[in-house]
Amino acid sequence: MATNSVQQPANLHDRPTKVRLDKSDMIIRGITYVVITIFSVCCILPFWMIIASSFSTEEAIRRTGFTLWPTDFSTYAYELLFRSPDQMIGAYIVTILLAVIGTVVGLFIISMTGYALQRKDFPFRNGIMFYIYFTSLFSAGLVPFYLLMVQTLHLRDTYWAILLPLLMNPWLIVLMKNFVKAIPHEITESGKIDGAGDFRIFYALILPSLKPALATIGLFLALGYWNEWYYSSLFLTSEVAYRPLQYHLYNVINKVASLRNSVAGSNVVLENLPSETLKMATAVVATGPIILLYPFVQKYFVAGLTVGAVKG
Amino acid sequence: MVSANKKGVAVNQKSYRKPSLWHVIAQNKTLLLMCVPAIVFFFVFSYMPMPGAYIAFTNFQYNKGIWASPFVGMQNFKFLFQSGQLGLLLRNTILYNLAFIVLGNVLQLTFAILLNEVQSKRYKKVTQSMMFLPYFISDVLVSLLVYNLLNYDYGFISNLVRALGGEMPKVYQMAGAWPIIIVLVNLWKGTGYGTVVYFAAITGMDSSMLEAAQIDGANGFQRIRYIILPTLKPTVVILFLFAIGGILKGNFGLFYNLVGNNSMLFGTTDIIETYVYRSMMNSFNFSQSSAVGLFQSVVGFFIVIGANAFVKKLDSDYALF
Repeated sequence: MATNSVQQPANLHDRPTKVRLDKSDMIIRGITYVVITIFSVCCILPFWMIIASSFSTEEAIRRTGFTLWPTDFSTYAYELLFRSPDQMIGAYIVTILLAVIGTVVGLFIISMTGYALQRKDFPFRNGIMFYIYFTSLFSAGLVPFYLLMVQTLHLRDTYWAILLPLLMNPWLIVLMKNFVKAIPHEITESGKIDGAGDFRIFYALILPSLKPALATIGLFLALGYWNEWYYSSLFLTSEVAYRPLQYHLYNVINKVASLRNSVAGSNVVLENLPSETLKMATAVVATGPIILLYPFVQKYFVAGLTVGAVKG
Repeated sequence: MVSANKKGVAVNQKSYRKPSLWHVIAQNKTLLLMCVPAIVFFFVFSYMPMPGAYIAFTNFQYNKGIWASPFVGMQNFKFLFQSGQLGLLLRNTILYNLAFIVLGNVLQLTFAILLNEVQSKRYKKVTQSMMFLPYFISDVLVSLLVYNLLNYDYGFISNLVRALGGEMPKVYQMAGAWPIIIVLVNLWKGTGYGTVVYFAAITGMDSSMLEAAQIDGANGFQRIRYIILPTLKPTVVILFLFAIGGILKGNFGLFYNLVGNNSMLFGTTDIIETYVYRSMMNSFNFSQSSAVGLFQSVVGFFIVIGANAFVKKLDSDYALF
């Protein structure tokens, strides 16, 4: 219900009425257009600025600063970036692998759990839900978690340390439960009458009707993996050959040394290294796919938000 | 049979001998097995670290591990209280969160209401998409965007100020400026998200009241003041209270990427989570780091319980547990 309501605003203004617009309506509408338009432009302007600077020459930036339009158009930063593209390609492969594997595995576990916990005839559902939910209320904190990962599980410098913690969280399981709730209980009943086991009911009957939920939650998971830099900064030292994209970007931004390493061997005199434009070009390459995919996936997030907002 | 199954064990318990736990488990073994991966996940990554909170009461030595490090009682906490460190972190964390919650909700609510007054569906769609975009990008990129604007030598705003004949301060050395910058960036990043949530709540409203009001001649201000706002009030109050429940948690990614290890800014920008992270990863002070973390967890836990109890009193449907 909530999903549909996004597409069908119930506001009176959407229908033809003969009610006259009075002065206050006009004022509100005027304010709206001004305020919303300005804010919306502010939301995308910085992105544009990064793209523009990435296509500038380093000298132009030194001279005029970052501008809204590339002063002297140049693709030098990109050329430099792709002259020794090992780091970038490696980062892409690592990130895509993490995102794909993590999203598929995470989705499977989350939907399975969400379905079981939504079954009214499952006597352990409240207990297990509390067990999961409690972890969002109380945690041991960062240090014990870090020591567990490093000293007990020995996951430092492995990609497991990034793949595993991002697989699921209580909020996504609750969100999935809300999606499952919308599926009529009769589907489960009919499966039972036909003699199907619980897992078969889930796999053959429930999962196909969960497609919107899988799209929404899958996108949340994929976004989590794509934007991940936190666990990488905790668990991946310089021993690791390839870093996930955003952590790679983090290093390029914060450590000139690593920036120099990433173009080492490309015969650039270090003093002349176009560090500003290179930062911007790295940012564009690392974030590009999100911005490009954004228009297509955005509606699934909106759907997820509204379902989640009905009952958190 | 089916109806007995629906109510499950409860029916059996009343009319017959209580079925043994093993029997119930056997009966539900498939559903239980379906939950096992999640149960194992939360056991390993959330419950297994919990005993490790003991480290806050030790003088931790990395090579000895948690359990062989010497026990020092409350000494770590005492130090944090007496040095004033904990007080500073608490002040920063709470003030930032209050600003985020109050300003964020006001802005989101305003935008959602304004958006609802617009007729053009296309305009609504396009602006919502634009506002929502910052939510999708990593904090790493956010820090670069801010750098792009505020960097002293090349920043866009710095140049603009100079072009207008002003004197641009070195923002990255100015502790006083950062509360404003961080709050603005947080609003920039989160407003679209919240606007979409509130907008959905408004469009989900019963439209008959609005129609009636319009027919009775209510103008735009009156509709907002007497119908939309009162209808949204419960949602706002509840979201607000839950936000208060998380007041000791911080937006670590944002703060750490914007400020990083720039110690000139710590006085006004250090929150609990950045302190915990830094004192572990940079100064290897595991004991004090975990003491601050444990303090945050325990106090935060009671705040959430309190907020939930309050919500339950207002409207038990919205309570989390």
